Amino acid sequence: MQLIPCPWCGPREEVEFHYGGQAHVAYPAESAALSDEEWAKFVFFRDNPRGPFAERWSHAAGCRRWFNAVRDTRSYELLAVYRPDQERPVTT
Amino acid sequence: MTTGNPPARPGADLPDHPSFLWRNPDPATSYDVVVVGGGGHGLATAYYLAMVHGITNVAVLEKGWLAGGNMARNTTIIRSNYLWDESSGIYEHALKLWEGLEDELGYPILFDQRGVLNLAHSLQDVRDSVRRVNANRLNGIDAEWLDADGVKEVCPIINVSPDVRYPVLGATYQPRAGIAKHDYVAWGFASVADRLGVDLIQNCEVTGIETAGGRVTGVNTTRGRIAAGKVALCASGHSSELAAMAGIELPVQSHPLQALVSELLEPVHPTVVMSNAVHVYVSQAHKGELVMGAGIDSYNGYGQRGSFHIIERQMSASLELFPIFARAHVLRTWAGIVDVSPDASPIIGLTPVDGLYLNCGWGTGGFKATPGVGDCFAHTIANDKPHPYNEPFTLERFTTGALVDEHGAAAVAH
Ligand SMILES: Cc1cc2nc3c(=O)[nH]c(=O)nc-3n(C[C@H](O)[C@H](O)[C@H](O)COP(=O)(O)OP(=O)(O)OC[C@H]3O[C@@H](n4cnc5c(N)ncnc54)[C@H](O)[C@@H]3O)c2cc1C
Ligand SMILES: [Zn+2]
Repeated sequence: MQLIPCPWCGPREEVEFHYGGQAHVAYPAESAALSDEEWAKFVFFRDNPRGPFAERWSHAAGCRRWFNAVRDTRSYELLAVYRPDQERPVTT
Repeated sequence: MTTGNPPARPGADLPDHPSFLWRNPDPATSYDVVVVGGGGHGLATAYYLAMVHGITNVAVLEKGWLAGGNMARNTTIIRSNYLWDESSGIYEHALKLWEGLEDELGYPILFDQRGVLNLAHSLQDVRDSVRRVNANRLNGIDAEWLDADGVKEVCPIINVSPDVRYPVLGATYQPRAGIAKHDYVAWGFASVADRLGVDLIQNCEVTGIETAGGRVTGVNTTRGRIAAGKVALCASGHSSELAAMAGIELPVQSHPLQALVSELLEPVHPTVVMSNAVHVYVSQAHKGELVMGAGIDSYNGYGQRGSFHIIERQMSASLELFPIFARAHVLRTWAGIVDVSPDASPIIGLTPVDGLYLNCGWGTGGFKATPGVGDCFAHTIANDKPHPYNEPFTLERFTTGALVDEHGAAAVAH
C-alpha cells in the first residue's frame, strides 16, 4: 500500500487518508458580484492535469488535519507535502 | 476404464478469434470528419456517420490500438434504469439499439439480457429504489420492485439472511438489462465502419487541434497534420487534455476505475447484481469468470491502475452477498481512466469552436450507451445540431444549473 507522508504524523498508509481534490481554490472574494459563468467555474471546474497536481488530502483516520500535496497523476508519486498555510513548493 | 464425452471446453460455443476485420490504412491528408479516440464511442460514431448519414470520408484516430482503453476494460453492464427523463431517453434508446445490434452489424456480440438487480440495504435505499422503479415505468422502461424473497428467486446464490451487516431488503429489477462481449462490440462496429470506407488509424495520437476564425480546421498527430472539416472528441479519460488543445475547459476529473475477474467457474450466477451500499457489483461472464467492480479510486489518476485496498473492499463486500465465492481466486485486476462529471451524466454536443464536437463525462457508465451515443453523436455531427436525446447533456448546463443528477442511479452502479 502506498505511504502518504502526513506533514504532522509522517508516513502512514493510504487508507488513513481522505482525498480533497485540487488545492489552492480560493472562495471568490466578491461572491455577490460573480456572473453565472464565474460561479460555474468555481463550483464545477477543476484542473485535471496528467502530471504534477497540487491537491488536498486529509489525514482522516489520524490527526484529522488537512494538508496539501503535489502528486504526479501518471505515476501517483508524491513529489511534496506541505501545510495549508504554505506556498506550493517547486517540484521537478 | 471408459470415459464419456469430455466436458465441453468453457467458451466452446464462442466464435473463433477473428482474422483481420479492418484495413490498417495510413492517414490521408484530409477528411470530412476526424473522430478522436478509437474506443466504443468513437467506433460507433463513425459507424452511424457512415451508415445513417452517408458520411464516409471519416477517420478514427487512436493513439494506441483500437478499443484498448476503457472499451477493453469495462465490465459490460448494460441497463437503462436511470432516474431522470433525460437519462431514460438516451439510455433506453441505447438499450433498444442493443436489442437489434447483432443483426444490424452481422457480427456476434453476445448480448445477453439476463437482467440486473440493484440492491437496497436501508430504508432510504428502499424508498429511492421504489421511486426509481416508478420513474422508469412512467418512461416505458421495464422495472420491478422485488422484496428479499423475490431477489432470492431471481438470484438463488445471494445471501438474503437478515443477520448480515447490511441485509438485503429488496432490489429493483430490470429484466431487459444484461451484458455483452465488449471486444466483439468494438470489432463489430469497426469492421462494418471499415467496409463502409471509414479509415481506422491506430498508433496515431492527436497532439493539437487547429482552429482558424473560431472554426476547427484540422488536427496535429504523431503521424502528421490531418485537415478536417469537423472534429469529434471521444477520448474518455483523456478528454480534458484534448479539449484544452482547443482552449476549452471541461468540468470532468480523470480517475482510475478498477475491476477484477476470477478464474473460470461453472455457471452459478444467473443475472447481474449491483449494490451501491456495500459497494460492489458482480456478474459472471459467458466463459465463466466472475466479473466484479466497485467505485472509482478517490484520487485523480491517469495511471490505468489503482490502489489495492479498493480491490480488497469490493471482494469483502461480494463475499458478504455471495458466501459461495469464498473459494474463488482472483485471476486478474486492472483499471481504466474514467472521466467523471459533476452530475454523473455525460456531456455530448456542440462546443464554442465551430465544427468541434464533444462526447465525454461518461465516467463509470458509458459502455451501455455505446450504440445510443454513437447514433446521437453522429446525428449531432452530421447536422451540427444535437439529437433530441443528447440535447439536455450540454456543456452549458453547468452554467445554467440544469444538471441531470444521476448520482443515485450511477454511483457504484455502472
Ligand atoms: C473498470 C471499468 C469498468 C466499467 N464498467 C462499465 C459497465 O459495467 N457498464 C458501463 O456502461 N460502463 C462501464 N465502464 C465505463 C465505460 O468503459 C466507458 O464509459 C466507455 O468505455 C467510454 O467510451 P469509449 O469506449 O469510447 O472509451 P475508450 O475505450 O477509453 O476510448 C477512448 C480512446 O481514446 C484514445 N485517446 C485518448 N487520447 C487520445 C489522443 N490524444 N489521440 C488519439 N486517441 C486518444 C484512448 O487511447 C482510447 O482508446 C467501465 C469502465 C472501467 C474502466
Ligand atoms: Zn496526520
